[in-house]
Amino acid sequence: MEDIKPQLHKVTIDGIEVEVEPGTTILQAARKIGGDVAPPAMCYYQPLKGSGGKCRACLVRVAAGSAKDPRPMPKLVASCITPVQDGMVVENSTNEQVLTTRKAIVEFLLINHPLDCPVCDQAGECDLQNFAFNHGMATTRYEEERRTFEKHDIGPYIQLHMTRCILCYRCVYTADQITQKRVHGVLGRGDASEISTYIEKAVDNDFSGNVIDVCPVGALTDKTYRFKNRVWFTKPVDAHRDCPTCSGKVTAWYRGEEVIRVTARKNEWNEVTEFICNTCRFEKKKTSDWVIEGPTKISRSSVISANKYRADLIKPDFQKKLAAATYTDVDDERDTSQLGIQQLPPERFAPVLPHANDPEP
Amino acid sequence: MGKKILLEHINVPGIETFDVYRKQGGYTAVEKAIKTMSPDGVVDEVKKAGIRGRGGAGFPMGMKWSFLAKPEGVPRYLVCNADESEPGTFKDHYLMKNIPHLLIEGMIISSYALGANKSFIYVRGELMYVIRILEKAIAEAKAAGFLGKNILGSGYDLELVVHPGGGAYICGEETALLESLEGKRGNPRNKPPFPAVKGLYQCPTVVNNVESIATAAWIVNNGGDAYAAIGIGRSSGTKLISASGHIKKPGVYEIELGVPVEEFLYSDEWCGGIRDGHHLKALVAGGSSVPILPANLITKLANGEPRLMTYESLSEGGFQTGTMLGSGGFIVFDETACIVRNTWNFSRFYHHESCGQCSPCREGTGWMEKVLHRIEYGHGSMHDIDLLVDVAKKIEGNTICPLGDAAAWPVASAIRHFRDEFEWHITHPSEATQPGAVFKGEMALV
Repeated sequence: MEDIKPQLHKVTIDGIEVEVEPGTTILQAARKIGGDVAPPAMCYYQPLKGSGGKCRACLVRVAAGSAKDPRPMPKLVASCITPVQDGMVVENSTNEQVLTTRKAIVEFLLINHPLDCPVCDQAGECDLQNFAFNHGMATTRYEEERRTFEKHDIGPYIQLHMTRCILCYRCVYTADQITQKRVHGVLGRGDASEISTYIEKAVDNDFSGNVIDVCPVGALTDKTYRFKNRVWFTKPVDAHRDCPTCSGKVTAWYRGEEVIRVTARKNEWNEVTEFICNTCRFEKKKTSDWVIEGPTKISRSSVISANKYRADLIKPDFQKKLAAATYTDVDDERDTSQLGIQQLPPERFAPVLPHANDPEP
Repeated sequence: MGKKILLEHINVPGIETFDVYRKQGGYTAVEKAIKTMSPDGVVDEVKKAGIRGRGGAGFPMGMKWSFLAKPEGVPRYLVCNADESEPGTFKDHYLMKNIPHLLIEGMIISSYALGANKSFIYVRGELMYVIRILEKAIAEAKAAGFLGKNILGSGYDLELVVHPGGGAYICGEETALLESLEGKRGNPRNKPPFPAVKGLYQCPTVVNNVESIATAAWIVNNGGDAYAAIGIGRSSGTKLISASGHIKKPGVYEIELGVPVEEFLYSDEWCGGIRDGHHLKALVAGGSSVPILPANLITKLANGEPRLMTYESLSEGGFQTGTMLGSGGFIVFDETACIVRNTWNFSRFYHHESCGQCSPCREGTGWMEKVLHRIEYGHGSMHDIDLLVDVAKKIEGNTICPLGDAAAWPVASAIRHFRDEFEWHITHPSEATQPGAVFKGEMALV
């Protein structure tokens, strides 16, 4: 018997053609191609239904809507929620407007983010850090006071540091879809909105720990791991155990002979493939608890992945594109040296970070 | 030019009661529609009338109705958007408070046309007394047999529910309104799917403004062609304008679309001119979110012809020299008004009302508000002006719902047309921060 295949849709993203099933989003189609063609995603999380569309990091330009109606779409669209049409032509990293907007999104996300990466547990595997590194500016134009919150302990295992939150709603969807009962949510609105539990109620659920994994920044952190180590000093190892509640397939993070952290396994897009229970995550911290499979292969999205930030690994054409997308219409003549900010000598970061004053390539 | 459709009987004593309203010819449209017309017939009349949505976007109402998906076995809903919260707009409040039955009659006709058996009126939470007026009116209409089961013996059932909002501007955005109505947090949804396909409780839904729905009664009574004959071209019919600011006679006025802006502003029939001893400086023609225009641009088009109160004429010239009719919030500023302070005030509103879902709006509105606050209080620097323009540009068009645009346009337009005033605030901080201080220099020309 032959399988009846649905008519595949042909999509062109950054000049590369790909065939996908109807109903696939632009982002998923781009991920199929991979590499720089895939737009960044800060709020979209493939396993979580309904996520996406919020951070606007994945905005792309649709140069032609479909083969039937080849008109371009008037606005940039969120690629994570926009389904493909047959004959659609999408511009991602080849479009200057997209890159400029993406740069603006980094700026928006960072104005109320503390930039305390040196003391943040998430540093090294932080989506925002990667996003800012790839698309942001080296300096900020924001001079106002940043919004801050007190740190909250929500339950015995999780700490919430709302100041770092970028309100992606991933943890809300996780609690809705993975756990039986959600007790936290978004309170308030605008830039005063915060993730919170009602009157500091503890998040107490077998699967609550997964909110730590889905958090793109360091807002939700593992209390059993806080300040224990830097991610890049630890060695991830795939392991499993026979767990009555979950699949038991995890990544165990070693420092020397000691398991100091257990997380769910993530794919190359930094998304959890199988959610794990709190017993596996927080209580099984001995090598004898686990059957070791071998070193975790991390292909992307982390400093621990083969020197991701090494200058010679940054593709030259991408750097040129970034430089071309710098803000040109702002007459910012402030001399940072007079503000008492110690600038690194330009040659220190010039090969990596394009600067606003760089000549156009 | 005094044709009145909605406010014809506004001065009749007791018009808020069913009996008086009925005596003035009320509910005849319901009888006509339900007894003699098919639902599609009503939709056709509304299409012929060419009425455009009165909530601000100006989308043709008949077209919106015809987009409604009609799958078998799935209920359809009509939701009336009475969450009017735009600064400068207060027409729906006035209409519901004074002639509640006009809205109820429109709701019955519209629900009949769309095949909805349960319809909602989502009223702004601050207007509790209006909600009571509406509930009383619904009870009266029900007692008279115009609502409930088997209306006028036709077999058509309709239940009307008045739902108070929680006091959020964002719930005036149609998908946020639906979320709120479902009992969730009022966050706008990503579109598509549009409400016409998946709206309230994932069922096909039409969301219309109070004024649009209230007009349905007149259209059914007099026919779509008669309505289309009023007004000019694609701006057909009449429009309620909420006039406020430095004018002699603030209030809600019903005008035929096509009245020159200058006539509306200076005629004794309407605004009555600027208060004595002062002159026009700037004008917001359609509620706080549309671009502000200086005096010279609002009264005349680039070719010297007078600017008219129509969707097309007000937007003539794009955003460079034009604005929008929006929801009809006509805010007039004379030369004592400080544009910087006003822009900061608008910006403060949008910062406060942003839902916080998407990053450009959540962070950008607050950023603009803080920079404007700094300029207003004498701590600005020249590059802040360009920064504001840039931030506004980065928000515009990149957000989930139009609130981002609404926050960006007033800032961008104020700087476009009154840049010298912003610069004066920065170069003369000690003068500019005096109470009531206003830039007295040359008025901006374009």
